[in-house]
Amino acid sequence: MTFLFFFIFAGFALAGAAGVVVLRNPFYCVLSLVVHLISLALLFLLLEAQFVAVAQIVVYAGAVMVLYVFVVAYVGGGDKPDQLWSAGPRQKALAIGFASLIFIELAIAILGTALSALGTEGAKLSATYGTPAEIGELLLTDYLLAFELASMLLLIAAIGAVALAGRRGGIAEDEGNLSPRHGVVHTPSPAATGSMAEGVSGYGVTTPLPDPQFEGRELQQPARETAEDDR
Amino acid sequence: MTVNWYLIVSAMIFTLGAAGVMIRRNPLVILLCLELMLNAGNLALIGFSRMWGDGAGEIFAIVVMVIAACEVAIGLGIIVALYRRRLPVDVDELKELHG
Repeated sequence: MTFLFFFIFAGFALAGAAGVVVLRNPFYCVLSLVVHLISLALLFLLLEAQFVAVAQIVVYAGAVMVLYVFVVAYVGGGDKPDQLWSAGPRQKALAIGFASLIFIELAIAILGTALSALGTEGAKLSATYGTPAEIGELLLTDYLLAFELASMLLLIAAIGAVALAGRRGGIAEDEGNLSPRHGVVHTPSPAATGSMAEGVSGYGVTTPLPDPQFEGRELQQPARETAEDDR
Repeated sequence: MTVNWYLIVSAMIFTLGAAGVMIRRNPLVILLCLELMLNAGNLALIGFSRMWGDGAGEIFAIVVMVIAACEVAIGLGIIVALYRRRLPVDVDELKELHG
């Protein structure tokens, strides 16, 4: 039974991963990653790591992916149609070659290892293995330093994200133009990638597409007051 | 299922993620592929943890999740800042570090 479940979950995990790499629309990439994360959490369950599995679903497939969806909706920029491989056949071949090298090396490491325990189902488990009680005890005893450093890192990352994306710091001079409500939408992102701007303005659906250049810079600036009420 | 199988799946996911990082040009998707690689590492960690019957690997996996969350926050912040400044959201066109 475990056998069957393993192959089902591993298949979904690999399909999700392949989807992230191959799909063109970033929205679908994110959804594909969600499938991947959930099946990975199920694999963790097969490995008896219940707490990590639940944390994976709640933190990763829940919170982090929502963040991604918001940013994809805001930015929208998909790979331009037919440009998925436009890095050139040379770079594509190089990338695939390097990736296969990595895989071959990992496979050699895994299959050629002298760790005989790899061929077993694992050691006999204590009753508390993988429970929140065990994780909590380890975090507050053996790995206290790592725990504290991780919390510090999260704090710094939160501050950094606010500083980077906040309206006051990195605001561009002509940002008022960006709002689709003012009718001047020339975003550098390609059309028809499902961004919120397109949904609001019907941009790219009925109107012909402008060149994906940055004409917005040369366009006339709307009066500054119209930009102010955006705040 | 022996631990070997999990490690092979982990290697496959890592390979896919690495290929994605090298092939794709949209920074959002590159971040997603980075997530794939981190998750492959997580799967290997949990597999080894199961092999030894010891919880340390799970702690490592949780720390990796924390680091992934930080990376996402910063990476998405950079992408939003790029978009605000009307730079192209395309890694091939962002080759100048100044600006």
